[in-house]
Amino acid sequence: MTLCLPKPPTTLLTKPCGSSDAMAVRLADIEFIPCLSGALYVPDYDTLLIADLHLEKGSSRAHLGQLLPPYDSRAGLLALQAAIARWAPARVMLLGDSFHDAQGPDRLAQDDRVLLEKLAAQVDFIWLSGNHDPCLPADLPGSRSVEIALGDITLRHEPEAGAVNEIAGHLHPAAAIRRRGRRVRTKCFVISPARIILPAFGAYTGGLDVRHEAFRPLLAGEAFRVIMVGNTALHALPGRAVL
Amino acid sequence: MDTAVSHTSSTPAGLPGQFADWFAVRGWQPRSHQLDMLATVSAGHSALLIAPTGGGKTLAGFLPSLIELAQGAAGKGLHTLYVSPLKALAVDITRNLEAPIREMGLDIRIEARTGDTPAHKRQRQKTNPPDILITTPEQVSLLITQDGAEHYFANLRVVILDELHSMAPTKRGCLLALALARLHSFAPGLRRIGLSATVASPDTLRAWLMPQDEAGVEHMAAFVRAPGGAEPDIAIMRCDDDVRMPWSGHSSAYALPDIYEAVKSAGMALVFTNTRSQAERIFHELWTLNEDALPIALHHGSLDVSQRRKVEAAMAAGSLRAVVCTSTLDLGIDWGDVDLVINVGAPKGSSRILQRIGRANHRYEEPSRALLVPSNRFEVLECEAARVAAYEGAQDGEGPAELKRDVLAQHIMGSAVAAPFAPDELYAEVTSAWPYRNLVREDFDQAVDFVSTGGYALKTYERFARLKRMPDGRMRLTHPRLAQSYRMNAGTIVEAEMLKVKLAGKRRSSAGKPLNKWGGKVLGEVEEWFVEQLRIGDTFLFAGQILRLEAVEELNALVSRSEATEPMIPSYQGGKFPLSTYLAGRVRAMLAEPASWQYLPEQVRDWLKVQQWKSVLPQPHQMLVETFPKANKHYLVCYPFDGRLAHQTLGMLLTRRLERAGMQPLGFVCNDYALSVWCVRDLSLAIETGRLSLAQLFDQDMLGDDLDAWLAESMLMKRTFRTCAIIAGLIERRWPGQEKSGRQMTVSADLIYDVLRTHQPDHWLLKAAWDDAASGLIDAKRLAQMLARIKGNIIHRALEQVSPLAVPVMLEIGREPVYGEAHDALLAEAADDLVDEAMRLV
Repeated sequence: MTLCLPKPPTTLLTKPCGSSDAMAVRLADIEFIPCLSGALYVPDYDTLLIADLHLEKGSSRAHLGQLLPPYDSRAGLLALQAAIARWAPARVMLLGDSFHDAQGPDRLAQDDRVLLEKLAAQVDFIWLSGNHDPCLPADLPGSRSVEIALGDITLRHEPEAGAVNEIAGHLHPAAAIRRRGRRVRTKCFVISPARIILPAFGAYTGGLDVRHEAFRPLLAGEAFRVIMVGNTALHALPGRAVL
Repeated sequence: MDTAVSHTSSTPAGLPGQFADWFAVRGWQPRSHQLDMLATVSAGHSALLIAPTGGGKTLAGFLPSLIELAQGAAGKGLHTLYVSPLKALAVDITRNLEAPIREMGLDIRIEARTGDTPAHKRQRQKTNPPDILITTPEQVSLLITQDGAEHYFANLRVVILDELHSMAPTKRGCLLALALARLHSFAPGLRRIGLSATVASPDTLRAWLMPQDEAGVEHMAAFVRAPGGAEPDIAIMRCDDDVRMPWSGHSSAYALPDIYEAVKSAGMALVFTNTRSQAERIFHELWTLNEDALPIALHHGSLDVSQRRKVEAAMAAGSLRAVVCTSTLDLGIDWGDVDLVINVGAPKGSSRILQRIGRANHRYEEPSRALLVPSNRFEVLECEAARVAAYEGAQDGEGPAELKRDVLAQHIMGSAVAAPFAPDELYAEVTSAWPYRNLVREDFDQAVDFVSTGGYALKTYERFARLKRMPDGRMRLTHPRLAQSYRMNAGTIVEAEMLKVKLAGKRRSSAGKPLNKWGGKVLGEVEEWFVEQLRIGDTFLFAGQILRLEAVEELNALVSRSEATEPMIPSYQGGKFPLSTYLAGRVRAMLAEPASWQYLPEQVRDWLKVQQWKSVLPQPHQMLVETFPKANKHYLVCYPFDGRLAHQTLGMLLTRRLERAGMQPLGFVCNDYALSVWCVRDLSLAIETGRLSLAQLFDQDMLGDDLDAWLAESMLMKRTFRTCAIIAGLIERRWPGQEKSGRQMTVSADLIYDVLRTHQPDHWLLKAAWDDAASGLIDAKRLAQMLARIKGNIIHRALEQVSPLAVPVMLEIGREPVYGEAHDALLAEAADDLVDEAMRLV
């Protein structure tokens, strides 16, 4: 199942700079704006991309006795609300693993479901399926898809080695710099000539270091950049600075 | 009962024939404290025995049990439970006790039970208990949750807690105290014997041993004190005048030739260091000097166990001349005839150094010989203070830990695992344990709520509750799986995430062939954060060799042996003790009293004299603040002598205040003695014109909102929270059937902390973590004492340049992490550097 969006005529340009909360990156001649929230805004399509929200991860092992603070869904949805308020997009595309497991939607607290429905009433929600949530329940507001074509670009959950012009999530990229005896590690966007990998958006989602072998086939031999998500700004660094 | 008077007794009163004969055959006399212990315990009392190492402490502890067992108590179920903090000590004690039992022909069965004991043996110990069981605190906590524990322990008469001074100040001590309260419920006539090295407050340990009640009168165990051994012989290493005493740093490189000579002069020397990195470095350097090829070995907690056992065996066999070690050899076992203890670096505390010195010469009547090696000028002062304190026998160790909430949560879960419990009864039992005697009922109920449903304001987990109230009011476990999970995770020792250091295949492949990843030998373990700061190809010292990091795979750091002569990564931290309050007081007094400098090396005396001339040396109750310009920045250096942890917290808070005062602080560094903050604005001028008040800057009110605001973001707080969350069972390290993937299953404690703090800042576990941090990593308690002490006692000198006293801390800049800079500032700097690089035209 693939959803295609035609490319609208307008283009929007933003000024690139070293450390900023609004720096543009390009892939297949489309401009993208990485956001401090971990979302990726696509001005040409007036679309906000979100990966790996992992709603109800906190409660996913409660039946086994692990009672983590049940506030992660709320935190994730509030962050999503803020991102929507910031860009006022026409639609939000969630690139899979929006729920941590198949029972996640059932465990979602009433308040959180109300908030989700409120957001879905403001903008169109398009849910891509991920390995954690291959079948989303029918009563979730919005439409569903496995992949989406955005002009020449393919959006999917899990990046595929060898693919080009791809935007994906799944890997939860993170990177670290070492400086003055300290190490700072953050979630990050990975930007290569072939693809953009989004950081995980959820409150309980950890990061996987970009040095991990899972990234190797995707970045094979290519120069890539990371955009590290700081507390107050984004920071673009060449891949070699974090390897 | 107080200090025993005579050293030996010619009429071993109370000693049955076969025991008296056993002593006589060996030409031994029972020592007075051994007989005192026997009299006290035989009369049905509990007792604390304080004795120096080599004082026959273990036998004193066991003698009452051995005699009761010999006189007919044997074979009637578990009689004596012996608890030691070290697994190795448990094994060693078993061996040592078997000898007299055999030699006297006693029919007493003694067995050890540790984490390594195979399941079938544990099972046998359960169905057919020995007379004496030798074990560790963690095993006791597991034993009391077993089915039928009340029958198993019904005949228990004596519990012996060895090295009590080392267990009581920790969370392990809290867990043990709770277990002891449970044992008391099973066997009310139980006598408790505490064995301890000398401590600052014996009365506290005497009370710790006993069940307490609400009356407010402390119940105390009897007190037996062995006479002290011979006075130790402590020297401080002095370097020749042509060798410059270092201003700062911890390498002690200047002293290595002298350390080597000292090792040569001794039969067997223990070379203690404060950190693992220091041990590795000293070991490496000693071997480069080792022209005589002396057998010198290395021992620290990160080395592979088999490697450590080898070194211990070689020590016991007397085939080594020196062992370079860390606090792993502080405690316990007599591995051999050590006749010299060399302590490299600062002693940090009087009790710590006394304990280490005691490792030399376990023969009681002979003096222990020790050599203190300061690694910089301040440490000379600290060594001198420690030397005097040691002669006076002054103690400054920590008192017992109290009211650890995470441990309480674990115990409540354990109680439910054992059997349904009535909250009223459990509360009474818990508060009879000394560390929890002040626990209020509300706090206890919150703990039960936390264990049941997580204690969240949002009642999401009612249907997943781990405990359920039964109609009779008792609480029961909701699923047997929870018991299994509890057993796999019980205990209070939370390590940093560790990676195994593994040798990868012999040669690194150059043509893209994969490394021989899994076949390699395991050298030991290092903290994950240490490996994370390395790049592939970096070299570092570990297990006495220079290693090159090849790859990080899963939980292994794959390394190869490097031919480099110098490691690229010089050191890693680990186990830094802060300077004790007591020694700090002594150092302050020494600074103020030039008459006490007579034993200091001339270089150090000169340093202090120049300080007197260029600035001032403060009185003991004063704190000196110096301000001066240097390289377009303005520095403020203060000297509280309150240890690195408290200084770090002070630095964080001062920079916030200086920021608000418009001084534009840029960062700070600290060591155990001093703190240096630098700013854009002229501090001397601001103080002179009254725009900046030092009294206000150092006012106690900084411990309010500023501290809370800083803590909220602090990594130290997150680290403390992680420990609490693991001990309290919020995060489980091991899952049934999923040991290996445990880490992938769990959510990072940092993320949980952030979310919980935002959505329920008054959560019970956050309070637990805050209390821990206040006395632990952020040392807010000590900072509070310091701020109270210096109120009205700050002296300020505005200087033209850096003062002699400030040099050591100023030298830390560039060597130690600089604090006070935001996360994002470092990221921005990294990004901008690369912009500069890209823009460079050549």
